Amino acid sequence: MTAVRCVDLCKTYRQGDQDIKALDHLSLEIAEGDFVCLSSPSGGGKTTLLNAIGGLDKPDQGEVYISGQRIDNLSKGELAELRLSLIGFVFQAYNLIPVLTARENVEFVMQVQGVPAADRHRKADEILAEVGLEGLEDRRPAEMSGGQQQRVAVARAIVSRPALVLADEPTANLDSKTSDGLMELFTELNEHHGTTFVIATHDQRVMGYAKRIVRMLDGRIVDDVEQNAA
Amino acid sequence: MHRLRILGMLAWRNLWRNHRRTFIMLGAVSIGAWAMIFMTALTQGMVNEMIRDGISALPGHVQVHHPDYRDDPNIANLLPASDAEIAATFAPAGFNAWSSRIKVPAVVTSEHDSRGVTLLGIDPASERGMIFVDYDEVEGRFLESAEDSGVVIGQKLAKTLETGVGKRIVLMSQDPDNDVADRGFRVVGLFHANVEAFEETYVFAGKKTIQTMLRVGDHVTEIVVLGDDYRDVEADYAHVLELVDGNVEVLRWTELDTYLGTMLAVMDGFVLIWVIVIFLALSFGLVNTLVMAVFERVREIGLMLALGMKPGNILGQILIESMLLLVIGLGIGNLLAWLTIKPLESGIDISIVAEGMAMMGASSMLYPQLRMEDVVLANVVVLILGFLASLSPAWRASRYEPIEAITKVD
Repeated sequence: MTAVRCVDLCKTYRQGDQDIKALDHLSLEIAEGDFVCLSSPSGGGKTTLLNAIGGLDKPDQGEVYISGQRIDNLSKGELAELRLSLIGFVFQAYNLIPVLTARENVEFVMQVQGVPAADRHRKADEILAEVGLEGLEDRRPAEMSGGQQQRVAVARAIVSRPALVLADEPTANLDSKTSDGLMELFTELNEHHGTTFVIATHDQRVMGYAKRIVRMLDGRIVDDVEQNAA
Repeated sequence: MHRLRILGMLAWRNLWRNHRRTFIMLGAVSIGAWAMIFMTALTQGMVNEMIRDGISALPGHVQVHHPDYRDDPNIANLLPASDAEIAATFAPAGFNAWSSRIKVPAVVTSEHDSRGVTLLGIDPASERGMIFVDYDEVEGRFLESAEDSGVVIGQKLAKTLETGVGKRIVLMSQDPDNDVADRGFRVVGLFHANVEAFEETYVFAGKKTIQTMLRVGDHVTEIVVLGDDYRDVEADYAHVLELVDGNVEVLRWTELDTYLGTMLAVMDGFVLIWVIVIFLALSFGLVNTLVMAVFERVREIGLMLALGMKPGNILGQILIESMLLLVIGLGIGNLLAWLTIKPLESGIDISIVAEGMAMMGASSMLYPQLRMEDVVLANVVVLILGFLASLSPAWRASRYEPIEAITKVD
């Protein structure tokens, strides 16, 4: 079963008087349970592709399918519903809602989903412990380090067990030890729960955990290789 | 419901993110609400006094006359029913108060001067509390019965006529056959009125005495009914219509004194305009606060949209934030208004402008009136207009593209 299918995606941005092709007739299929790293130099199109897959950005041309459902023609409300139910996001920076505590940030998606309070608290505390933040549940983002904030964001992305996790440079602000811990958590979720991961990164350590590496350049796929997990 | 809970929580916490801005805005809303309610209470107090004085200057709430009486207040235009029949009909009807009178133009003459006046033949027992004269404050005494042979005149008229208590005057009018009807009376009392013109205009005598003088048997010129609230006289008006036959004219006080009736309507409109004007001044601050709050949270809003919050939820969150601000501000403003109006309900002495107030038909004491309707009006107007004013920044926030918002650079 295909988790993600992109067909002939094009996206052009205008920068000054220049047109920048972020996606250039790109097609890609990702199977359910896959662990894919998108790699490219800066401006290579990996974040644009990630955003198109997550329904955060609409391609100028082409089609995007998530679990067999075409999403590039959905309304804002339908896309929000789809993200809420199927996709977990980890952004490179500014991941948390500043007025909520770590626990509340993790609970946020579940609360919007309508998960009962007791379940939410239990799951939030469990996942925070899993990412090494036990005891910091009641801290607000401003009271945590960048790495701790990123772990909260990861916890929020995976706590409701989405079918697909999209992560944009998730380890950019983490030290190597925390990065390894986080990637091991991703790997475990991938292996035990079948969660599909698509990670945009140029961190070689992260790529070491991937089953498949898709290399991009100027909005095109230039290399697509399977590899054994580290 | 679960979304409403998280929207409420986010709105509440965001409200206190910038304490200073929130407190300034709360101060503005509170003072605005206080000003709305306080000024409305003062206005209503003044209107209330003017109308109560106006109504106590004889119209009551509903009056019954001969159909031609108002065009020609002649003694010939008597009510067809006898006073005894009127009493038999109105006494058991359950009105707050009612009375029947003779009211005709007359001339009063003392040994020094004469003046045109309005002569009122009344039963003092049934008029107590209905007319503007405080019986206990009368210099001398007030009338004791409908058969009383004395007269009570105003202090100002007494000064003009150079007469006083114990002195004799002559009252002259016409009988139904247009013959002169006159009689000498002893002045038994001098009344004081808040409105000076009343002291010059009205002369009170016993109803039976005047009936005899004017040779009208047991007939009167008008019936006056007083209800509970001058703002709501429809029930009493309808009741009176049921009691009388079609050969008489029944009028509400707003029709009898169109100046006062119009003033009441104008003042009610003025209150609404006043509330809206204050709100418009407030709304600039409110919209600015929300625009700034949204502007500072663009990336956060983008994040929430990316995580699966619908644009409608973002709209709802900003509106809840605005409503919380307004509700708290209104609560404080209402409390301030109550705290400042209550101690003043016993009256504010404005005798320094007494002459001007008297020209408007109001007394030199102002009694602020805190009416629930006005408080509700001020609160509802602020909430509804506040909601509408907040729609624009809330709508803009909900229209953000998630990825553009998340990647926004400060």
